[in-house]
Amino acid sequence: MTSLPASTSKKLGLVIDLDTCVGCQACATSCKEWNSQGVSAPLSDDKPRSAEPMGTWLNRIHGYEVHEVGKTDSRVVHMPRSCLHCEDAACVTVCPTGASYKRAEDGIVLVNPETCIGCKLCSWACPYGAREYDNASGVMKKCTLCVDRIYNENFEPEDRVPACVKACPTGARHFGDLGDVTSPVSQLVKDRGGYDLFTEMGYKPTNKYLPPRLRRDTATHVEALPKTDGSAIERLFSWADKLLTTKAATVTATEDHADRLEG
Amino acid sequence: MNPAYSVILFTTASGAGYGLLALLGLVGFNHGAASSQGFAFTAFLTALALITVGLLSSTLHLGHPERAWRALSQWRSSWLSREGVAAVATYPVALAFAAVWSGVVNAPSLIAPLGILTAIMCIATVFCTAMIYRSLRTIRQWNHKLVVPVYLLFALATGATLLAVVSLFFNRVQMPQLLLAGIGILATEIVKKIYWWSIDRVPRTHTTGEVTGLGKDVRMWELPHTNQNFIQKEMGFAVARKHRDSLRSVVLIALAVAFLAVITSIFLFAWAMLATLLLVAIAVVVERWLFFAEAEHVSMLYYGKGPM
Repeated sequence: MTSLPASTSKKLGLVIDLDTCVGCQACATSCKEWNSQGVSAPLSDDKPRSAEPMGTWLNRIHGYEVHEVGKTDSRVVHMPRSCLHCEDAACVTVCPTGASYKRAEDGIVLVNPETCIGCKLCSWACPYGAREYDNASGVMKKCTLCVDRIYNENFEPEDRVPACVKACPTGARHFGDLGDVTSPVSQLVKDRGGYDLFTEMGYKPTNKYLPPRLRRDTATHVEALPKTDGSAIERLFSWADKLLTTKAATVTATEDHADRLEG
Repeated sequence: MNPAYSVILFTTASGAGYGLLALLGLVGFNHGAASSQGFAFTAFLTALALITVGLLSSTLHLGHPERAWRALSQWRSSWLSREGVAAVATYPVALAFAAVWSGVVNAPSLIAPLGILTAIMCIATVFCTAMIYRSLRTIRQWNHKLVVPVYLLFALATGATLLAVVSLFFNRVQMPQLLLAGIGILATEIVKKIYWWSIDRVPRTHTTGEVTGLGKDVRMWELPHTNQNFIQKEMGFAVARKHRDSLRSVVLIALAVAFLAVITSIFLFAWAMLATLLLVAIAVVVERWLFFAEAEHVSMLYYGKGPM
């Protein structure tokens, strides 16, 4: 049934840290890899080696140039975007077949590839552009929050997270229950001022974004080398160092280095 | 939004078909049995053919047309499903009406109730079609209170013109039919003009900065991919303002000349209604193409478009 559940006992979702994301695309590629071999119909590519490759992806990383108030330089913010598993998900209610649904037990929004007719209306209803139509299978695709990983008892408990979270090298992606105020992800959102995307649409997204921290224009001064304290033992080492570092040794070291560069 | 030809054909052809069928129902409600079986069959089959071609065309853009029957199940939440249910439910009512109205089945007392029911079903179906678009919060040009009236008026204008033309061939054209076509065309022109005026003056408040939550001054710096993706192809279609203005003129001029042709047909030369039919058909197809091409989807703000 495409009517939304009145409430969900859990609100599983992602918290994405825009301060630490470096835009490396690891989450997007691991998502594509996992979901190309998972339970749903694969994420296909159309002419992937041509001049105009196209393909279905559930996670895409945008880069934005942001001018902050009072700063002369702009900064770049990388923003990974995928389905936000909204509470008031119009993509679900517009579905004419019941293929699109929101799970009452954990709030995950899914598409049943066996009953989807590929009318694309759900993608029109999504303000975030999170649903992509798959030409090869003729059905709509979207982020499943790796529902086939997070409950998978064949995995070690630490691996029961979405593929994107597992892949992120900077720890910018966090997964958990945003309906539980005591959960680590809820605490993170509280501590860092996490926010919802595009609230004006009224879809009540579950996923949260942590804003980039305020930029510091002045770096803390750090001495590159430790200062000598002028003690007898330090003067002894300094004398020994000069004595042992002959000119010939310096030349050999440079030549070795040059060889390595050429080799 | 990308104007898919199957959806344009669907909404225009089925709109005209339902318009004609609704008017036949009202003719039956008012006047009882049809003047001749030839007229009844021709008019009814014209309406039925337009509706059926439109509905079949709408299944062409589906990824899985063989599963289309599943779309009848979610009428509690989905306008697309409600439209499917209304369309399917109209068939048996319309066939029953046609049987008694043409005299194939002799039950004169059923003509009026089945006629009014057919008309109501037709209006409900076109209403559901329009509500599919009207209910989408993501597209400002569709989430507008004049979208439903425009759909209903185009169905009336095209249906009334068809009724007058079919009547001409059976030499039974009457002043009320021509007047209805004229009024329908004029009303369509006025309401569509107001709609365009209205969507042009709504302030464009949504920006990339707003949808990303990154502040006021935000610019697209890097796309996530090297070529266009599905979202950009489906939602990113945009028509240049120059072409938009000339196509809007085509619609308004075609409707204005169609109205003059109705006047000509009333006072001078009845067959001028054939010109009306051609002009109304051009107007509705161009208008429907523009309805999609002008529609701006908010997801494009993430791709640096806007403000919208």
